[in-house]
Amino acid sequence: MDLKTKLEYVIEVADLTVAYDVKPVLWDVDLKIPKGKLMAVVGPNGAGKSTLIKAILNLLIPISGNIKFIQNRADTKSNIKNRVAYVPQSGNVDWDFPSTVLDVVLMGRFGLLGWIKRPGKADVDIALQTLKKVGMEDYSSRQISQLSGGQQQRVFLARALVQQADIYFMDEPFKGVDTKTEKAIVLLLKDLKDQGKTVVVVHHDLQTVTEYFDWVTLINLRVVASGPVDEVFHQENLRQTYRSTGMLLKGMAV
Amino acid sequence: MLLSDYTFQTVAIGSAILGLISGVLGTFAVLRKQSLLGDGVSHAALPGVVLGFILIGSKNTEFLLLGALLSGLLSTLLITTIVKYSRIKFDSALALIMSVFFGLGLVLLTYVQKIPNANQAGLNRFIFGQASSLMRRDVNLMIICGSILLLLLIIFWKEFKIFTFDSEFAQSLGFSPKKLDLLLSLMTVTGIILGLQTVGVILMSAMLVAPAVAARQWTNKLSVMAFLGAIFGAISGIFGTAVSSFIPKLPTGPTIVLFASLIVLISILLAPGRGILHRLYRQKHNRSLNIERRAENDSTI
Repeated sequence: MDLKTKLEYVIEVADLTVAYDVKPVLWDVDLKIPKGKLMAVVGPNGAGKSTLIKAILNLLIPISGNIKFIQNRADTKSNIKNRVAYVPQSGNVDWDFPSTVLDVVLMGRFGLLGWIKRPGKADVDIALQTLKKVGMEDYSSRQISQLSGGQQQRVFLARALVQQADIYFMDEPFKGVDTKTEKAIVLLLKDLKDQGKTVVVVHHDLQTVTEYFDWVTLINLRVVASGPVDEVFHQENLRQTYRSTGMLLKGMAV
Repeated sequence: MLLSDYTFQTVAIGSAILGLISGVLGTFAVLRKQSLLGDGVSHAALPGVVLGFILIGSKNTEFLLLGALLSGLLSTLLITTIVKYSRIKFDSALALIMSVFFGLGLVLLTYVQKIPNANQAGLNRFIFGQASSLMRRDVNLMIICGSILLLLLIIFWKEFKIFTFDSEFAQSLGFSPKKLDLLLSLMTVTGIILGLQTVGVILMSAMLVAPAVAARQWTNKLSVMAFLGAIFGAISGIFGTAVSSFIPKLPTGPTIVLFASLIVLISILLAPGRGILHRLYRQKHNRSLNIERRAENDSTI
Protein backbone atom coordinates (compact mmCIF):
# COMPACT_ATOMS: atom_id res chain seq x y z
CA MET A 1 0.00 0.00 0.00
CA ASP A 2 2.82 2.31 0.91
CA LEU A 3 4.36 1.83 -2.53
CA LYS A 4 1.18 2.83 -4.25
CA THR A 5 0.92 6.20 -2.65
CA LYS A 6 4.39 7.03 -3.93
CA LEU A 7 3.36 6.41 -7.53
CA GLU A 8 3.79 9.31 -9.86
CA TYR A 9 1.32 9.52 -12.73
CA VAL A 10 1.97 10.92 -16.19
CA ILE A 11 -1.51 10.78 -17.66
CA GLU A 12 -4.95 10.83 -16.09
CA VAL A 13 -7.97 9.85 -18.16
CA ALA A 14 -11.36 10.75 -16.70
CA ASP A 15 -14.89 9.87 -17.88
CA LEU A 16 -13.73 9.03 -21.39
CA THR A 17 -16.47 7.87 -23.76
CA VAL A 18 -15.83 7.25 -27.44
CA ALA A 19 -18.27 6.07 -30.09
CA TYR A 20 -18.05 5.33 -33.79
CA ASP A 21 -21.37 6.42 -35.26
CA VAL A 22 -23.71 5.44 -32.45
CA LYS A 23 -21.93 2.35 -31.19
CA PRO A 24 -19.91 3.10 -28.05
CA VAL A 25 -16.39 1.67 -28.12
CA LEU A 26 -15.24 3.03 -24.79
CA TRP A 27 -17.63 3.76 -21.98
CA ASP A 28 -16.84 6.04 -19.08
CA VAL A 29 -13.19 5.10 -18.81
CA ASP A 30 -11.11 6.32 -15.90
CA LEU A 31 -7.44 5.47 -16.03
CA LYS A 32 -4.20 6.61 -14.49
CA ILE A 33 -0.95 5.79 -16.24
CA PRO A 34 1.96 5.57 -13.81
CA LYS A 35 5.36 6.98 -14.68
CA GLY A 36 8.21 4.64 -15.54
CA LYS A 37 6.09 1.53 -15.96
CA LEU A 38 5.69 -0.96 -18.77
CA MET A 39 1.95 -1.16 -19.11
CA ALA A 40 0.03 -3.67 -21.24
CA VAL A 41 -3.47 -2.85 -22.44
CA VAL A 42 -5.23 -6.18 -22.74
CA GLY A 43 -8.71 -7.14 -23.89
CA PRO A 44 -10.65 -9.01 -26.56
CA ASN A 45 -10.98 -7.86 -30.17
CA GLY A 46 -13.06 -4.73 -30.47
CA ALA A 47 -12.68 -3.94 -26.77
CA GLY A 48 -11.44 -0.44 -27.56
CA LYS A 49 -7.72 -0.92 -26.91
CA SER A 50 -6.46 0.97 -29.96
CA THR A 51 -9.25 3.49 -29.53
CA LEU A 52 -8.09 4.21 -25.99
CA ILE A 53 -4.57 4.98 -27.21
CA LYS A 54 -5.83 7.12 -30.06
CA ALA A 55 -8.12 9.08 -27.77
CA ILE A 56 -5.27 9.77 -25.36
CA LEU A 57 -3.11 10.91 -28.29
CA ASN A 58 -5.92 13.20 -29.44
CA LEU A 59 -6.16 11.36 -32.79
CA LEU A 60 -9.93 11.11 -32.48
CA ILE A 61 -12.59 13.21 -30.84
CA PRO A 62 -14.29 11.59 -27.85
CA ILE A 63 -17.94 12.17 -26.97
CA SER A 64 -16.93 13.13 -23.49
CA GLY A 65 -13.97 12.89 -21.21
CA ASN A 66 -10.87 14.60 -20.10
CA ILE A 67 -7.26 13.64 -20.68
CA LYS A 68 -4.70 15.29 -18.48
CA PHE A 69 -0.97 15.18 -19.09
CA ILE A 70 0.79 15.77 -15.83
CA GLN A 71 3.85 17.93 -16.10
CA ASN A 72 6.75 16.66 -14.04
CA ARG A 73 9.55 18.82 -12.88
CA ALA A 74 12.11 16.65 -14.63
CA ASP A 75 10.43 16.96 -18.01
CA THR A 76 12.48 18.84 -20.52
CA LYS A 77 9.81 19.30 -23.14
CA SER A 78 6.93 21.63 -22.49
CA ASN A 79 5.01 20.68 -25.63
CA ILE A 80 2.76 17.67 -25.01
CA LYS A 81 3.09 16.55 -28.63
CA ASN A 82 6.81 16.19 -28.16
CA ARG A 83 6.47 14.30 -24.87
CA VAL A 84 4.61 11.40 -26.45
CA ALA A 85 5.61 9.04 -29.22
CA TYR A 86 3.26 6.75 -31.09
CA VAL A 87 3.90 3.46 -32.84
CA PRO A 88 0.82 2.73 -34.96
CA GLN A 89 0.00 -0.72 -36.29
CA SER A 90 2.40 -1.26 -39.15
CA GLY A 91 -0.34 -2.70 -41.36
CA ASN A 92 -2.07 0.67 -41.62
CA VAL A 93 0.32 2.24 -44.11
CA ASP A 94 1.18 1.52 -47.72
CA TRP A 95 4.64 -0.05 -47.59
CA ASP A 96 5.00 0.44 -51.35
CA PHE A 97 5.49 4.15 -50.66
CA PRO A 98 8.65 5.35 -52.44
CA SER A 99 10.92 5.72 -49.44
CA THR A 100 13.98 4.23 -47.79
CA VAL A 101 14.23 2.93 -44.24
CA LEU A 102 16.26 5.98 -43.22
CA ASP A 103 13.62 8.31 -44.73
CA VAL A 104 10.89 6.73 -42.62
CA VAL A 105 12.93 6.80 -39.40
CA LEU A 106 13.76 10.46 -40.01
CA MET A 107 10.02 11.21 -40.00
CA GLY A 108 10.16 10.66 -36.25
CA ARG A 109 12.26 13.83 -35.99
CA PHE A 110 9.69 15.97 -37.79
CA GLY A 111 7.72 16.71 -34.62
CA LEU A 112 10.75 18.16 -32.86
CA LEU A 113 11.65 20.16 -35.97
CA GLY A 114 8.18 21.69 -36.27
CA TRP A 115 6.71 23.12 -39.46
CA ILE A 116 8.85 23.81 -42.55
CA LYS A 117 12.30 23.16 -41.00
CA ARG A 118 14.19 20.30 -42.63
CA PRO A 119 16.04 17.48 -40.88
CA GLY A 120 19.78 18.08 -40.77
CA LYS A 121 22.90 16.05 -40.19
CA ALA A 122 22.28 15.75 -36.45
CA ASP A 123 18.88 14.21 -37.16
CA VAL A 124 20.39 11.76 -39.64
CA ASP A 125 23.01 10.75 -37.06
CA ILE A 126 20.36 10.08 -34.43
CA ALA A 127 18.32 8.08 -36.96
CA LEU A 128 21.33 5.95 -37.91
CA GLN A 129 22.25 5.32 -34.25
CA THR A 130 18.68 4.29 -33.54
CA LEU A 131 18.62 1.95 -36.53
CA LYS A 132 21.66 0.27 -35.03
CA LYS A 133 19.82 -0.05 -31.73
CA VAL A 134 16.97 -1.94 -33.39
CA GLY A 135 19.39 -4.08 -35.41
CA MET A 136 18.61 -2.53 -38.77
CA GLU A 137 21.82 -0.59 -39.46
CA ASP A 138 22.48 -2.55 -42.66
CA TYR A 139 19.07 -1.63 -44.04
CA SER A 140 19.16 2.16 -43.85
CA SER A 141 19.12 2.69 -47.62
CA ARG A 142 16.81 -0.25 -48.28
CA GLN A 143 13.48 0.41 -50.01
CA ILE A 144 10.70 -0.14 -47.44
CA SER A 145 8.66 -2.38 -49.74
CA GLN A 146 11.38 -5.01 -49.40
CA LEU A 147 11.05 -5.38 -45.62
CA SER A 148 9.56 -8.34 -43.78
CA GLY A 149 6.84 -7.84 -41.16
CA GLY A 150 9.37 -7.97 -38.33
CA GLN A 151 11.64 -5.47 -40.07
CA GLN A 152 8.72 -3.09 -40.69
CA GLN A 153 7.94 -3.18 -36.99
CA ARG A 154 11.56 -2.44 -36.09
CA VAL A 155 11.52 0.54 -38.46
CA PHE A 156 8.35 1.89 -36.85
CA LEU A 157 9.89 1.41 -33.43
CA ALA A 158 13.03 3.27 -34.52
CA ARG A 159 10.86 6.08 -35.88
CA ALA A 160 9.28 6.48 -32.44
CA LEU A 161 12.60 6.16 -30.58
CA VAL A 162 14.18 9.07 -32.46
CA GLN A 163 11.44 11.28 -31.04
CA GLN A 164 13.19 10.94 -27.68
CA ALA A 165 9.86 11.23 -25.96
CA ASP A 166 8.90 10.52 -22.33
CA ILE A 167 5.82 8.41 -22.97
CA TYR A 168 5.53 5.74 -25.66
CA PHE A 169 2.28 4.33 -27.00
CA MET A 170 2.53 1.20 -29.12
CA ASP A 171 -0.32 -0.48 -30.95
CA GLU A 172 0.38 -4.21 -31.12
CA PRO A 173 4.11 -4.02 -31.80
CA PHE A 174 4.35 -7.83 -31.67
CA LYS A 175 1.78 -8.41 -34.39
CA GLY A 176 3.17 -10.42 -37.29
CA VAL A 177 6.77 -10.43 -36.07
CA ASP A 178 9.10 -13.39 -35.68
CA THR A 179 10.24 -14.63 -32.27
CA LYS A 180 13.66 -13.06 -32.67
CA THR A 181 12.15 -9.62 -33.31
CA GLU A 182 9.72 -10.06 -30.42
CA LYS A 183 12.61 -10.72 -28.02
CA ALA A 184 14.52 -7.74 -29.44
CA ILE A 185 11.51 -5.45 -28.99
CA VAL A 186 10.99 -6.62 -25.41
CA LEU A 187 14.61 -5.77 -24.62
CA LEU A 188 14.10 -2.31 -26.09
CA LEU A 189 10.96 -1.78 -24.02
CA LYS A 190 12.79 -2.75 -20.84
CA ASP A 191 15.61 -0.43 -21.85
CA LEU A 192 13.12 2.43 -22.19
CA LYS A 193 11.73 1.63 -18.78
CA ASP A 194 15.21 1.66 -17.27
CA GLN A 195 15.62 5.19 -18.66
CA GLY A 196 12.54 6.19 -16.69
CA LYS A 197 10.25 6.34 -19.72
CA THR A 198 6.65 5.24 -19.61
CA VAL A 199 5.54 2.64 -22.15
CA VAL A 200 1.94 1.69 -22.92
CA VAL A 201 1.50 -1.31 -25.22
CA VAL A 202 -1.66 -2.75 -26.74
CA HIS A 203 -1.05 -6.46 -26.31
CA HIS A 204 -2.81 -9.57 -27.49
CA ASP A 205 -0.89 -12.50 -26.09
CA LEU A 206 -2.07 -13.25 -22.56
CA GLN A 207 0.70 -15.84 -22.09
CA THR A 208 3.46 -13.25 -22.13
CA VAL A 209 1.89 -10.45 -20.06
CA THR A 210 3.51 -11.47 -16.77
CA GLU A 211 6.87 -11.96 -18.46
CA TYR A 212 6.99 -8.67 -20.40
CA PHE A 213 5.07 -6.13 -18.34
CA ASP A 214 4.85 -4.87 -14.77
CA TRP A 215 1.56 -3.02 -15.11
CA VAL A 216 -1.63 -4.04 -16.87
CA THR A 217 -4.96 -2.53 -17.83
CA LEU A 218 -7.75 -4.97 -18.61
CA ILE A 219 -10.32 -3.44 -20.85
CA ASN A 220 -13.56 -4.37 -22.53
CA LEU A 221 -15.60 -1.29 -23.32
CA ARG A 222 -14.99 -0.28 -19.71
CA VAL A 223 -11.83 -0.64 -17.69
CA VAL A 224 -12.16 -3.93 -15.80
CA ALA A 225 -9.01 -3.47 -13.78
CA SER A 226 -5.77 -1.56 -13.86
CA GLY A 227 -2.73 -2.05 -11.66
CA PRO A 228 0.43 -4.05 -11.07
CA VAL A 229 0.45 -7.30 -13.02
CA ASP A 230 0.82 -9.52 -9.92
CA GLU A 231 -2.17 -7.90 -8.25
CA VAL A 232 -4.57 -7.43 -11.13
CA PHE A 233 -3.79 -10.07 -13.73
CA HIS A 234 -5.75 -12.99 -12.27
CA GLN A 235 -8.36 -15.46 -13.45
CA GLU A 236 -11.37 -13.58 -12.08
CA ASN A 237 -10.52 -10.27 -13.81
CA LEU A 238 -9.65 -12.08 -17.03
CA ARG A 239 -12.96 -13.92 -16.95
CA GLN A 240 -14.74 -10.59 -16.59
CA THR A 241 -12.73 -9.05 -19.42
CA TYR A 242 -13.22 -11.91 -21.85
CA ARG A 243 -16.71 -12.83 -20.64
CA SER A 244 -18.51 -11.66 -23.76
CA THR A 245 -16.21 -13.54 -26.12
CA GLY A 246 -16.54 -16.97 -24.50
CA MET A 247 -12.82 -17.36 -24.92
CA LEU A 248 -11.33 -20.21 -22.94
CA LEU A 249 -8.33 -19.46 -20.82
CA LYS A 250 -6.91 -22.90 -21.06
CA GLY A 251 -3.37 -23.34 -19.81
CA MET A 252 -3.27 -20.00 -18.04
CA ALA A 253 -1.08 -20.37 -15.03
CA VAL A 254 -2.57 -17.60 -12.95
CA MET B 1 11.37 27.20 -88.84
CA LEU B 2 8.25 26.06 -87.08
CA LEU B 3 10.06 25.88 -83.77
CA SER B 4 10.78 29.60 -83.87
CA ASP B 5 7.14 30.38 -84.60
CA TYR B 6 5.67 32.61 -81.90
CA THR B 7 2.36 30.75 -81.58
CA PHE B 8 4.11 27.41 -81.43
CA GLN B 9 6.45 28.67 -78.71
CA THR B 10 3.56 29.99 -76.65
CA VAL B 11 1.60 26.77 -76.88
CA ALA B 12 4.66 24.60 -76.25
CA ILE B 13 5.69 26.60 -73.18
CA GLY B 14 2.14 26.50 -71.82
CA SER B 15 1.85 22.75 -72.37
CA ALA B 16 5.25 22.11 -70.84
CA ILE B 17 4.35 24.08 -67.72
CA LEU B 18 1.04 22.27 -67.45
CA GLY B 19 2.82 18.92 -67.75
CA LEU B 20 5.39 19.92 -65.17
CA ILE B 21 2.85 21.03 -62.58
CA SER B 22 0.49 18.14 -63.06
CA GLY B 23 3.40 15.69 -62.94
CA VAL B 24 4.47 16.93 -59.51
CA LEU B 25 0.97 17.27 -58.06
CA GLY B 26 -0.03 13.96 -59.62
CA THR B 27 2.75 12.26 -57.64
CA PHE B 28 0.89 13.03 -54.43
CA ALA B 29 -2.55 12.31 -55.92
CA VAL B 30 -1.39 8.87 -57.07
CA LEU B 31 0.34 8.03 -53.78
CA ARG B 32 -2.73 9.12 -51.83
CA LYS B 33 -4.81 6.85 -54.06
CA GLN B 34 -6.82 9.84 -55.22
CA SER B 35 -6.06 9.53 -58.92
CA LEU B 36 -9.75 9.78 -59.72
CA LEU B 37 -10.09 13.08 -57.91
CA GLY B 38 -8.55 14.78 -60.92
CA ASP B 39 -11.27 13.35 -63.12
CA GLY B 40 -13.97 14.48 -60.71
CA VAL B 41 -12.66 18.00 -60.21
CA SER B 42 -12.05 18.67 -63.89
CA HIS B 43 -15.54 17.53 -64.90
CA ALA B 44 -17.04 19.47 -62.03
CA ALA B 45 -15.29 22.61 -63.27
CA LEU B 46 -17.44 22.88 -66.39
CA PRO B 47 -20.54 24.51 -64.82
CA GLY B 48 -18.19 27.02 -63.17
CA VAL B 49 -16.74 27.98 -66.54
CA VAL B 50 -20.16 28.50 -68.14
CA LEU B 51 -21.62 30.27 -65.10
CA GLY B 52 -18.60 32.55 -65.06
CA PHE B 53 -19.36 33.46 -68.65
CA ILE B 54 -23.08 33.97 -67.99
CA LEU B 55 -22.51 36.16 -64.94
CA ILE B 56 -19.63 38.26 -66.22
CA GLY B 57 -20.31 37.99 -69.92
CA SER B 58 -16.67 37.94 -70.76
CA LYS B 59 -14.49 35.26 -72.24
CA ASN B 60 -11.45 36.42 -70.34
CA THR B 61 -9.65 33.23 -69.36
CA GLU B 62 -9.01 34.51 -65.83
CA PHE B 63 -12.73 34.88 -65.07
CA LEU B 64 -13.65 31.57 -66.61
CA LEU B 65 -10.91 29.77 -64.72
CA LEU B 66 -11.96 31.49 -61.50
CA GLY B 67 -15.45 30.05 -62.04
CA ALA B 68 -13.88 26.66 -62.73
CA LEU B 69 -11.82 26.90 -59.56
CA LEU B 70 -14.86 27.72 -57.43
CA SER B 71 -17.01 24.94 -58.78
CA GLY B 72 -14.07 22.51 -58.63
CA LEU B 73 -13.56 23.35 -54.97
CA LEU B 74 -17.27 23.12 -54.27
CA SER B 75 -17.33 19.63 -55.75
CA THR B 76 -14.36 18.51 -53.62
CA LEU B 77 -16.07 19.90 -50.56
CA LEU B 78 -19.30 18.09 -51.41
CA ILE B 79 -17.49 14.81 -51.99
CA THR B 80 -15.66 14.94 -48.66
CA THR B 81 -18.86 15.97 -46.87
CA ILE B 82 -20.81 13.08 -48.36
CA VAL B 83 -18.10 10.60 -47.39
CA LYS B 84 -17.95 12.03 -43.88
CA TYR B 85 -21.65 12.20 -43.07
CA SER B 86 -23.09 9.24 -44.94
CA ARG B 87 -22.17 5.64 -45.55
CA ILE B 88 -21.46 6.36 -49.21
CA LYS B 89 -17.87 5.51 -50.10
CA PHE B 90 -15.40 7.86 -51.78
CA ASP B 91 -15.61 6.35 -55.28
CA SER B 92 -19.42 6.45 -55.35
CA ALA B 93 -19.57 9.99 -54.01
CA LEU B 94 -17.03 11.05 -56.61
CA ALA B 95 -18.89 9.44 -59.51
CA LEU B 96 -22.12 11.00 -58.30
CA ILE B 97 -20.86 14.56 -57.89
CA MET B 98 -18.78 14.41 -61.04
CA SER B 99 -21.68 13.43 -63.28
CA VAL B 100 -24.13 15.81 -61.63
CA PHE B 101 -21.76 18.75 -62.09
CA PHE B 102 -20.77 17.77 -65.62
CA GLY B 103 -24.44 17.31 -66.55
CA LEU B 104 -25.25 20.73 -65.14
CA GLY B 105 -22.34 22.16 -67.11
CA LEU B 106 -23.64 20.67 -70.35
CA VAL B 107 -27.17 21.96 -69.69
CA LEU B 108 -25.81 25.46 -69.05
CA LEU B 109 -23.63 25.26 -72.13
CA THR B 110 -26.60 24.34 -74.34
CA TYR B 111 -28.60 27.17 -72.79
CA VAL B 112 -25.86 29.70 -73.45
CA GLN B 113 -25.51 28.58 -77.04
CA LYS B 114 -29.20 29.31 -77.64
CA ILE B 115 -28.97 32.90 -76.44
CA PRO B 116 -28.99 35.08 -79.56
CA ASN B 117 -26.05 37.42 -80.05
CA ALA B 118 -24.19 35.99 -77.11
CA ASN B 119 -20.56 35.80 -77.95
CA GLN B 120 -20.37 32.30 -76.61
CA ALA B 121 -18.29 30.60 -79.25
CA GLY B 122 -15.21 29.03 -77.75
CA LEU B 123 -16.64 27.80 -74.47
CA ASN B 124 -16.62 24.35 -76.01
CA ARG B 125 -12.87 24.43 -75.91
CA PHE B 126 -12.97 23.61 -72.21
CA ILE B 127 -14.50 20.21 -72.87
CA PHE B 128 -11.81 18.82 -75.13
CA GLY B 129 -9.29 21.58 -74.64
CA GLN B 130 -7.82 23.76 -77.32
CA ALA B 131 -4.17 24.30 -76.71
CA SER B 132 -3.83 26.34 -79.89
CA SER B 133 -6.03 29.02 -78.31
CA LEU B 134 -3.43 29.60 -75.59
CA MET B 135 -2.21 33.18 -75.58
CA ARG B 136 0.85 34.73 -74.03
CA ARG B 137 -1.17 36.08 -71.10
CA ASP B 138 -2.68 32.63 -70.47
CA VAL B 139 0.82 31.23 -70.35
CA ASN B 140 1.89 34.03 -68.00
CA LEU B 141 -0.98 33.11 -65.69
CA MET B 142 0.16 29.48 -65.78
CA ILE B 143 3.73 30.50 -64.99
CA ILE B 144 2.67 32.60 -62.01
CA CYS B 145 0.26 30.03 -60.55
CA GLY B 146 2.66 27.19 -61.31
CA SER B 147 5.52 28.94 -59.51
CA ILE B 148 3.35 29.49 -56.45
CA LEU B 149 2.30 25.84 -56.45
CA LEU B 150 5.88 24.60 -56.75
CA LEU B 151 7.02 27.00 -54.05
CA LEU B 152 4.33 25.77 -51.66
CA LEU B 153 5.32 22.20 -52.43
CA ILE B 154 8.96 22.90 -51.62
CA ILE B 155 8.09 24.75 -48.41
CA PHE B 156 5.78 22.04 -47.08
CA TRP B 157 7.63 19.11 -48.66
CA LYS B 158 8.39 17.37 -45.35
CA GLU B 159 4.80 17.81 -44.14
CA PHE B 160 3.24 16.55 -47.37
CA LYS B 161 5.57 13.58 -47.35
CA ILE B 162 4.76 12.40 -43.83
CA PHE B 163 1.05 13.15 -44.29
CA THR B 164 0.92 11.08 -47.49
CA PHE B 165 2.78 8.14 -45.97
CA ASP B 166 1.15 7.98 -42.54
CA SER B 167 -1.38 10.70 -41.75
CA GLU B 168 -2.18 9.33 -38.30
CA PHE B 169 1.47 9.44 -37.28
CA ALA B 170 1.72 12.94 -38.76
CA GLN B 171 -1.19 13.96 -36.55
CA SER B 172 0.47 12.47 -33.47
CA LEU B 173 3.45 14.77 -34.18
CA GLY B 174 1.19 17.81 -34.35
CA PHE B 175 0.86 18.19 -38.12
CA SER B 176 -2.86 18.63 -38.67
CA PRO B 177 -3.95 16.26 -41.46
CA LYS B 178 -7.02 18.44 -41.97
CA LYS B 179 -4.94 21.50 -42.81
CA LEU B 180 -2.51 19.54 -44.97
CA ASP B 181 -5.33 17.78 -46.80
CA LEU B 182 -7.01 21.11 -47.44
CA LEU B 183 -3.84 22.74 -48.71
CA LEU B 184 -2.84 19.83 -50.93
CA SER B 185 -6.37 19.46 -52.33
CA LEU B 186 -6.52 23.19 -53.01
CA MET B 187 -3.21 22.99 -54.84
CA THR B 188 -4.30 19.97 -56.86
CA VAL B 189 -7.57 21.61 -57.86
CA THR B 190 -5.69 24.74 -58.93
CA GLY B 191 -3.30 22.63 -61.00
CA ILE B 192 -6.19 20.85 -62.67
CA ILE B 193 -7.99 24.08 -63.49
CA LEU B 194 -4.83 25.47 -65.07
CA GLY B 195 -4.84 22.57 -67.51
CA LEU B 196 -8.47 22.86 -68.61
CA GLN B 197 -7.82 25.23 -71.48
CA THR B 198 -5.03 23.05 -72.85
CA VAL B 199 -6.31 19.49 -72.59
CA GLY B 200 -9.92 19.99 -71.48
CA VAL B 201 -12.01 18.52 -68.67
CA ILE B 202 -12.12 15.02 -70.09
CA LEU B 203 -8.43 14.44 -70.61
CA MET B 204 -7.09 16.42 -67.65
CA SER B 205 -7.08 13.46 -65.27
CA ALA B 206 -4.69 11.65 -67.61
CA MET B 207 -2.25 14.56 -67.31
CA LEU B 208 -2.41 14.25 -63.54
CA VAL B 209 -2.04 10.49 -63.33
CA ALA B 210 0.08 9.39 -66.29
CA PRO B 211 3.40 11.18 -65.59
CA ALA B 212 3.26 10.18 -61.91
CA VAL B 213 2.48 6.54 -62.64
CA ALA B 214 5.33 6.42 -65.15
CA ALA B 215 7.71 8.10 -62.68
CA ARG B 216 6.87 5.60 -59.92
CA GLN B 217 8.22 2.80 -62.13
CA TRP B 218 11.73 4.22 -62.27
CA THR B 219 12.46 5.20 -58.68
CA ASN B 220 12.00 4.38 -55.02
CA LYS B 221 12.45 7.91 -53.76
CA LEU B 222 9.62 10.40 -53.39
CA SER B 223 11.67 13.42 -54.45
CA VAL B 224 12.95 11.64 -57.56
CA MET B 225 9.43 10.49 -58.37
CA ALA B 226 8.11 14.06 -58.22
CA PHE B 227 11.05 15.27 -60.31
CA LEU B 228 10.60 12.56 -62.95
CA GLY B 229 6.85 13.21 -62.99
CA ALA B 230 7.58 16.85 -63.80
CA ILE B 231 10.04 15.89 -66.55
CA PHE B 232 7.69 13.33 -68.11
CA GLY B 233 4.81 15.81 -68.00
CA ALA B 234 6.88 18.58 -69.58
CA ILE B 235 8.24 16.27 -72.29
CA SER B 236 4.72 15.11 -73.15
CA GLY B 237 3.65 18.76 -73.38
CA ILE B 238 6.46 19.80 -75.70
CA PHE B 239 6.44 16.68 -77.92
CA GLY B 240 2.65 16.64 -78.14
CA THR B 241 2.62 20.26 -79.26
CA ALA B 242 5.42 19.69 -81.77
CA VAL B 243 3.89 16.60 -83.37
CA SER B 244 0.45 18.18 -83.60
CA SER B 245 2.01 21.22 -85.28
CA PHE B 246 3.81 19.14 -87.89
CA ILE B 247 0.80 17.05 -88.78
CA PRO B 248 -2.17 19.13 -89.88
CA LYS B 249 -5.57 18.67 -88.20
CA LEU B 250 -4.06 16.82 -85.23
CA PRO B 251 -5.49 18.27 -81.97
CA THR B 252 -2.82 19.30 -79.48
CA GLY B 253 -4.39 18.31 -76.13
CA PRO B 254 -5.15 14.69 -77.07
CA THR B 255 -1.71 14.34 -78.68
CA ILE B 256 -0.10 15.47 -75.42
CA VAL B 257 -2.12 12.89 -73.52
CA LEU B 258 -1.14 10.20 -76.03
CA PHE B 259 2.52 11.06 -75.47
CA ALA B 260 2.08 10.82 -71.71
CA SER B 261 0.40 7.45 -72.17
CA LEU B 262 3.26 6.27 -74.37
CA ILE B 263 5.70 7.12 -71.59
CA VAL B 264 3.54 5.16 -69.15
CA LEU B 265 3.52 2.16 -71.47
CA ILE B 266 7.29 2.22 -71.92
CA SER B 267 7.82 2.64 -68.18
CA ILE B 268 5.51 -0.22 -67.23
CA LEU B 269 7.22 -2.51 -69.71
CA LEU B 270 10.86 -1.54 -69.47
CA ALA B 271 11.64 0.04 -66.09
CA PRO B 272 14.27 -1.88 -64.14
CA GLY B 273 12.94 -3.53 -61.00
CA ARG B 274 9.24 -2.77 -61.35
CA GLY B 275 8.98 -3.20 -65.14
CA ILE B 276 7.12 -6.21 -66.55
CA LEU B 277 9.98 -7.38 -68.75
CA HIS B 278 12.45 -7.24 -65.89
CA ARG B 279 10.11 -9.21 -63.66
CA LEU B 280 9.50 -11.83 -66.33
CA TYR B 281 13.23 -12.14 -66.85
CA ARG B 282 13.80 -12.56 -63.12
CA GLN B 283 11.11 -15.23 -62.85
CA LYS B 284 12.62 -17.16 -65.72
CA HIS B 285 16.09 -16.74 -64.31
CA ASN B 286 14.97 -18.05 -60.92
CA ARG B 287 13.21 -20.96 -62.53
CA SER B 288 16.25 -22.02 -64.51
CA LEU B 289 18.36 -21.65 -61.37
CA ASN B 290 15.98 -23.94 -59.54
CA ILE B 291 16.09 -26.52 -62.33
CA GLU B 292 19.88 -26.44 -62.27
CA ARG B 293 19.92 -26.85 -58.54
CA ARG B 294 17.49 -29.74 -58.72
CA ALA B 295 19.63 -31.34 -61.38
CA GLU B 296 22.67 -30.99 -59.15
CA ASN B 297 20.82 -32.53 -56.23
CA ASP B 298 19.69 -35.39 -58.42
CA SER B 299 23.21 -36.08 -59.59
CA THR B 300 24.55 -36.12 -56.03
CA ILE B 301 21.93 -38.70 -55.05
